[in-house]
Amino acid sequence: MGNLSLFLQHLTNGISLGSLYALIAIGYTMVYGILRLINFAHGDIFMLGVYLTYFGIIYTAIPWWLVFIIAPALTGLVGLLLERVAYKPLRESPRITILISAIGASFLLQNLGIVLFGGRPRAFPVPRILNHVVKVRGVSINVITFIIPVVTILLLIGLTYFITKTKTGMAMRALSRDYETASLMGIDINRIISITFFMGSFLAAVGGIMWGARYPQLMPLMGVMPGLKSFIAAVVGGIGNIAGAVAGGFLLGLGEIMLVALLPRLTGYRDAFAFVVLIIILLFKPSGLMGQSQTEKV
Amino acid sequence: MNEQRRTRLALLALVGTVLALFLANKYLDDYKIRIINLSGIYVTLGLSMNLINGFTGLFSLGHAGFMAVGAYTVGLLTMPIPMKEMNFFFQPIVPWLANVEMGFLPALLVAGLISAFLGVLIGAPVLRLRDDYLAIATLGFAEIIRVVFTNTQSLTNGALGLKGIPNYTNTWWSWGVAFVTIWFVSFLIRGSYGKAFMAIREDEIAAEAMGINLFRHKVLSFAFASFFAGVAGGLLASLLGTIDPNMFRITLTFNILLIVVLGGLGRITGTVVAAVVVTVMMEALRFLDESINLGFIQIKGIPGMRMVIFSIILILVVVLRREGLLTRLKGREASYAEN
Repeated sequence: MGNLSLFLQHLTNGISLGSLYALIAIGYTMVYGILRLINFAHGDIFMLGVYLTYFGIIYTAIPWWLVFIIAPALTGLVGLLLERVAYKPLRESPRITILISAIGASFLLQNLGIVLFGGRPRAFPVPRILNHVVKVRGVSINVITFIIPVVTILLLIGLTYFITKTKTGMAMRALSRDYETASLMGIDINRIISITFFMGSFLAAVGGIMWGARYPQLMPLMGVMPGLKSFIAAVVGGIGNIAGAVAGGFLLGLGEIMLVALLPRLTGYRDAFAFVVLIIILLFKPSGLMGQSQTEKV
Repeated sequence: MNEQRRTRLALLALVGTVLALFLANKYLDDYKIRIINLSGIYVTLGLSMNLINGFTGLFSLGHAGFMAVGAYTVGLLTMPIPMKEMNFFFQPIVPWLANVEMGFLPALLVAGLISAFLGVLIGAPVLRLRDDYLAIATLGFAEIIRVVFTNTQSLTNGALGLKGIPNYTNTWWSWGVAFVTIWFVSFLIRGSYGKAFMAIREDEIAAEAMGINLFRHKVLSFAFASFFAGVAGGLLASLLGTIDPNMFRITLTFNILLIVVLGGLGRITGTVVAAVVVTVMMEALRFLDESINLGFIQIKGIPGMRMVIFSIILILVVVLRREGLLTRLKGREASYAEN
């Protein structure tokens, strides 16, 4: 025991929190890359994913591992539907309008959550297999802490393959590079945007499930803070850039945990950490750590 | 509308409101008076947000933060000294605030000035950002203010909040400030500053090319708006008597945004009407959240239903009528202004 094992414990905590931020941040970055829109409702989609999983496990006879696939898929459909209803009609409008619509959608989901799921916190049913503590050389670590980064990395490999190697992925990249030209090249924009929203929401829901397993308290407003912080992760890494979103996620997750671990006096300021990082990044490198700076054309 | 007719209408509205407030104070119960007060405060808030978001076209979501600053300033400055000692039982208040007690008007002005100063401080670096980046940065600042207020125990009493703030706010204060705001914003908008603000909104690069100092005007608009947000926060603190940092979450900013969007971005009359309508509706729709007993049948209220309806209204208005609900369609002119 001693300082080293304590440090390792913080490190694993930070990595697992960072992986969760990274998973949610990908959804932000993908949508922003194509539509130039901050999907404010993304954090609430994440919340919806957790609740759908909760109800799937508690109220249906479906085995938990299957719920872990069905619930994100359903969440993905909700994300797709949201785009159709709240964003698609405004695609040609000024950006401020669609941003307001996104905030409205976020608020709608939160309050629907309160109406449908009740304001009282619920306990996430964590499957036994994911919820036991192992001791590695004196450091006690919950299995889920290991599972989270592994799942995140697997999903990332899958996503990277999808984006670089498949035709749909290529269409996505084309759209994010030049929206108008891409649409002239015969790319079905509506289809690609729907797929983007589906995938982003799916990943957010997977992140949500792991979040629930790690911090098993469910509340309708639970998506707000992780949502904001993941968005910050996306901006810090360079918005529109998937590798950047992942790097930003890890940076924020690790930073947050380490801040509390190394400077316990600042524990109360934990939630402000991400925002301070955001503002520093915006001031000194607005395009993010990995983003390309764009010059404005007249 | 020509100048003379406009002045006459404004005077008429002023006299009408004064009369209405006089009658309301005489005949209505406390609960209704409170709604009237809230309406006045929301008029100020709506106009102040419209000044940045509607007229200058900067998408800022920091209002809750500036309101918090104003509310705490007024709370700490007007609270009687013995009350302060009772509030700060956990950790004593910082010495330079312990023995301060001032009147309401100076406290409101100080609240506005501190808020405006903070607005300049925050605005100077972040106003370089555009649209959504600015939105998220200002949101971040509001959130930082809230976190700081939760943690500075000896200055703000932390999460415990302040209790027993004297209730100075009455209908004359809330609507008086509202009228000052209406007058100031319309005065500003008709002058050269307003023209510059709107030029920035329409096209930043063109505005700069025409010799408008972008930075100066943006910071100025931001400072004015934070001033009024701070004053409104102070009015709110004095109306409620109790404040804590969690009141000033993004939800509060969202309520104001709802007013601005319903009233129409960059429209003064619309904002005023929307502020009153939304505040009254928020209260009128409260029955959705609570149980209703009709004698023979009990309808169970669903907490949160009210806000669901409000969010749906917001999305519908944005999707279907971008100019806001309360404005006439002006044909070509309106569609030109949107571009």
